Amino acid sequence: MTTAPTLTRRLLDGAGTDHGAHLARYGVLPRLSRDDLLAALTDSGLTGRGGAGFPTAIKVRAVAYAPRRPVVIGNAMESEPLSAKDAVLLGRNPHLVLDGLETLARAMRARRAILALGPEVDPGATFAAARGREVEVVQLEGGFVAGQETALVNQLNGRPAIPRDPFTRVTEAGVGGRATLVLNAETLAQLALLVRYGAGWFRAAGTTEDPGTSLFTISGSVGRPGVVEAERGSSLRDVLDPAQPLRPSAVLVGGYHGAWVRTSDLDVRLTRRDLAAYGASVGAGVLHVLGTDTCPIGFAAGVAEYLASESTRQCGPCLNGLPRMATDLARLAAGVRDHGLPAEVQRMSALVTGRGACAHPDGSARFVASTLDVFRDHVAAHLEGWCPTPTGRPRRSDS
Amino acid sequence: MSQAGLTSAFWALGRGTGVVALVLLTVSVVLGIVARSGRRVPAVGRVGISDLHRTAALTGTGLVVAHLGSLLFDPYAQLRLVDLAVPFLAAYRPLWLGLGTLAVDVLAIVTVVSLLRHRVGPKTFRAVHWATYALWPMALLHALGSGTDAGTTWFRGLAVVCAGAVVAAIGWRLAPSYAGRGWTRQHRRPA
Amino acid sequence: MTRLHVDWTRCDGHGSCAELLPELLAVDDFGFPRSRGGERDPAVADRHRQAARHAVRSCPVMALRLYDAPS
Repeated sequence: MTTAPTLTRRLLDGAGTDHGAHLARYGVLPRLSRDDLLAALTDSGLTGRGGAGFPTAIKVRAVAYAPRRPVVIGNAMESEPLSAKDAVLLGRNPHLVLDGLETLARAMRARRAILALGPEVDPGATFAAARGREVEVVQLEGGFVAGQETALVNQLNGRPAIPRDPFTRVTEAGVGGRATLVLNAETLAQLALLVRYGAGWFRAAGTTEDPGTSLFTISGSVGRPGVVEAERGSSLRDVLDPAQPLRPSAVLVGGYHGAWVRTSDLDVRLTRRDLAAYGASVGAGVLHVLGTDTCPIGFAAGVAEYLASESTRQCGPCLNGLPRMATDLARLAAGVRDHGLPAEVQRMSALVTGRGACAHPDGSARFVASTLDVFRDHVAAHLEGWCPTPTGRPRRSDS
Repeated sequence: MSQAGLTSAFWALGRGTGVVALVLLTVSVVLGIVARSGRRVPAVGRVGISDLHRTAALTGTGLVVAHLGSLLFDPYAQLRLVDLAVPFLAAYRPLWLGLGTLAVDVLAIVTVVSLLRHRVGPKTFRAVHWATYALWPMALLHALGSGTDAGTTWFRGLAVVCAGAVVAAIGWRLAPSYAGRGWTRQHRRPA
Repeated sequence: MTRLHVDWTRCDGHGSCAELLPELLAVDDFGFPRSRGGERDPAVADRHRQAARHAVRSCPVMALRLYDAPS
């Protein structure tokens, strides 16, 4: 009889590629019927760990009764540069992710089960673990937007990795025209655990509204960067402390599409409701600590430029608006004393929101707006020609 | 009406519809290029231009159908049904008539695809629409080669005006300034 | 509730739609249509239905469609 994993060491203490050791540690993978699986997902309250946080039961139900056999996909594209959780998870516990895919595929009689790895993910352990299992593992081309659901489906359909019009949901028609379910790799691992140990076990961690645990990638001004597991609903401070933050000024919660939380607010709980006040969400668990020695405007300008370059250039507002925001932020960072800049950046961020085939412009706008809001005093200083960051000085745009 | 009179009537109808169809298709080509440019024309707007382009095309197509019908029923024209679809088989001036038949074939495909454009999608629609650049010269040559009035001054003048308009429009289409559209924007990179 | 959906992967900022539906759509800095009400897919009232259908037909890249959304 295996022992269920403890509260916060659920995902990362994997048995690596050895299937036998994996089964010894976690127990046999139960075969669930479609209805039993849906019940388990509903009872557990599992939500997606890929960023959107959508209730997994609802997503699965959308394809569970499709007339043709559906396709299930594990998303380990790891497109967010600041995120490493899916890569680490697959390195340490690939069988758990494969378990999740197989459970879904069997319950729904899926036509195909595919685990999609991004170029940043070391595929060795996953390919090794997948031998003899019922999952296709593929390593795909990357890009910030390549992990987006419709872009991933497009790539699996042999087309460029760019989003398509979301009018037709992938749950209606996706890979090969079949109903397609895309779940993040960590979500699949969580699923593989809760079908073994039950919804009650799953809910023993986390909060009532947001149960379970999740993986967080901690980077930036910290002594021990890396991927950790914590209960949902933990405070930001509790999650960050083991990573040893060094002279933090603020934390970027949610990656490049996320929002800033000041050091004074580190006791905020990482839940949808609590973070909403900051315009942030847990997202894919990316926590980037900005040190007091880094000019936040300069940092944000770099991120904005990256986001603009990662636009797939299909949609006018994104392709035109993101570079504008990036240029204006760069000017603010360089100390250009144009007092109209903040308002202009805000205007552009409102202009691109909701006007594209995917959420890339929305996320980029959110990040930029949060930067201007949280670092308002810093922006004001730049407009007066000086930078509060000790080592920083407004950078000339030619430096 | 006597047999001869009926024949004359069909023949006249055939010529008339042919000439007007040519003019309307010329208008359609020119307006199509204006529409593609994205320029806003005062009073009619972009919508007006695309509506006019479409109306001219459909009316011209209708007149082509009438042109075919009247010539089919005119015993003097000696047109068989097969000549409406398969080019270069006619007894009278097979080359010039054949160009007309070919033009009708292309026109039929372009028209059907255009009417079904929401079904076939923008890529297929655009690809087929390029064929109008082949269609128009064939129509003009057909008119000049097999048209009864081709030798008259008024028709030659009309042909020059139509050709001039299309050449000018194509010249503009190929000019670098055409893509300006009137405001600075980055170009999309369609998949 | 009938709504107008823009396929942003097709829209090239031609602007015929904004000409036909000035109450629903404005044009942004780059020539692309912007929903005045702020909704992603603006609601089309009965009095705008005909103009909306005209807009769907007129879009040279077929980027528009009308659909019925649950209220």
